[in-house]
Amino acid sequence: MSVLTRPVLPPSAEGLDEVERPIARAHLEAVRVSAWFGTNKVLERVSLSMPPAIVTALIGPSGCGKSTFLRILNRMHESISSAKMAGEVRLNGEDIYSPGRRVTETRRRIGMVFQKPNPFPAMSIAENVVAGLTFTGSKIKRSDKAELIERCLRRGGLWNEVKDRLDQPGGALSGGQQQRLCIARSLAVNPDVLLMDEPCSALDPTSTRYIEQTIGELAPDMTIVIVTHNMQQAARVSQQCAFFLAENGTPGGIVEAGPTQQLFHHPSDPRTSDYVNGRFG
Amino acid sequence: MAASVDLTEPVWGPATGAGEGDQPRALDPGLPPSDRVFHGAARAVGLFVLVVIGSIGAFLGYQAIPTFRRYGLSFFTQSQWQPARNIIGISAVLVGTLEVALVALAVGFPLAFLTALFISEYAPARLRSALVSLIDLMAAVPSIIYGLWGFFLLEPRAIYVARWMSQYLGWLPIFKVNTNPNAAAWAQSQYTASAFIAGLAVSMMVIPLACAVMRGVFAQAPLGEREAAAALGATRWHVIRVVVLPFGKRGIIGGTMLALGRALGETVAVLLIISPAFVVKLRILTVGTITVSSLIAGRFGEATSAQLSALLAAGFVLFLITLGINTVAAVFVGRSRSGSVTEI
Repeated sequence: MSVLTRPVLPPSAEGLDEVERPIARAHLEAVRVSAWFGTNKVLERVSLSMPPAIVTALIGPSGCGKSTFLRILNRMHESISSAKMAGEVRLNGEDIYSPGRRVTETRRRIGMVFQKPNPFPAMSIAENVVAGLTFTGSKIKRSDKAELIERCLRRGGLWNEVKDRLDQPGGALSGGQQQRLCIARSLAVNPDVLLMDEPCSALDPTSTRYIEQTIGELAPDMTIVIVTHNMQQAARVSQQCAFFLAENGTPGGIVEAGPTQQLFHHPSDPRTSDYVNGRFG
Repeated sequence: MAASVDLTEPVWGPATGAGEGDQPRALDPGLPPSDRVFHGAARAVGLFVLVVIGSIGAFLGYQAIPTFRRYGLSFFTQSQWQPARNIIGISAVLVGTLEVALVALAVGFPLAFLTALFISEYAPARLRSALVSLIDLMAAVPSIIYGLWGFFLLEPRAIYVARWMSQYLGWLPIFKVNTNPNAAAWAQSQYTASAFIAGLAVSMMVIPLACAVMRGVFAQAPLGEREAAAALGATRWHVIRVVVLPFGKRGIIGGTMLALGRALGETVAVLLIISPAFVVKLRILTVGTITVSSLIAGRFGEATSAQLSALLAAGFVLFLITLGINTVAAVFVGRSRSGSVTEI
């Protein structure tokens, strides 16, 4: 059977209705966020509201600070030694950078999927999914664990492909499957927000479509922010969109943000219009 | 302007004559002269190293033949080394060598391991480079200095540790000392010049080696996996446990074995500290022991040709042991998992 004629079962056919869905509950808000690497300022007072049950896409050319902005949203930015930031990131009104808040708890509530799939290669598929639980110290019964693994893999749109080989190493999966495993792994610690940093840029078109379907499935349950270079992807998966730009060596910032349809079809700024119509970037 | 192309010309041909046995062609690598020269030079240097190692082994083996002929198996079972009475054997020497090396590892491994972890995972960037230089400096200190340090500074203090160990752990045969540790006037000299104290001095020499290998492997732990763990809410310790240690496992084993190889061969510091005792004994805290290298260094000057052959035979055995250990270590370090698994 050729690839072209084979019916592709979308991940949505995996019976999500049978599993309980968490309720989207997290409003993420960046307030006047600036960022530096050493003395080089890369973001200039960026404010953006990312409401629950909405997919927010961050678009813009390379080097405009959108990935840095994303990494500030779950405090991954500060893991680089020269990195600094200013401003506030509010999760349901509370600043995640306020003193006394544990960075590990913040990162558990605000999960992240990276550009390159990064499963733990020494662990099996099942172990990868529940790896985060050991970090958060949550004890879980064996029977509950199997159930959690299945639920997360279903939500990640990977269950049907791996259900018979859960004990095989995660590193043996294809790139697209690894990325969906990483999504499932993020979901296991029950985050309120999922940040995705160009999750499909290393994947083939079929895998990309699977991931986009997965994003669509997850969107009603949580707050999703996705960085993408692919404007068609932004148009397909997001409901709101922010266009980042760093002009002539100045720090990056948002040129325009709003409902995706409006941004793509009736942009108010000529630079946005040029970018979404493929005239630069 | 492109040349005109006749698009009606056939541009492909069917795979005719299938099964008629087409053979893979012999390919000329087509190297430019500069590559060929470099290739040849690199291979020559590599071969030269092998030849040197091989000739050392061959020389030692050849020189050892008369001794092996003369004493046969008793060379390995006899503990005494009395050339004057024609009694020669290396059982006590080998046991002493292993004891000193194992003490050095028991003390050095945890220090090297934790130092490497601290440097690669916890230390802030500025402290990191300072610590790396310090550890490298440790490797640059000549072993005679460690020997003097061990003899004059360490030993007078370490005997209290040795006494304490024999008091509380003396029920274990290796920590037993042939004197009453609880006596009011305890026999201090019974605790000096032991395998334990020599091992302490040698540990200072193996720490930088083991630490450098482990640090190198830890630093290679893939950033992608580290970030994956961190983004799931992992603490630094979790990152170490889930990413760094599984990745660095073979480096830890390899670095430790390299250190063991180094410890087995250490000569001068041991020679300064121990008082020679040709007895097979497992009591590491008790005065007196002997190692292969210190035996050779100590007896070399006064040796007759027959004795020289016996010393070289002992050296040959040590050479084979360290060669074996280092080979295993190299295999472990070399097989250390590269980050390529996470690449696409």
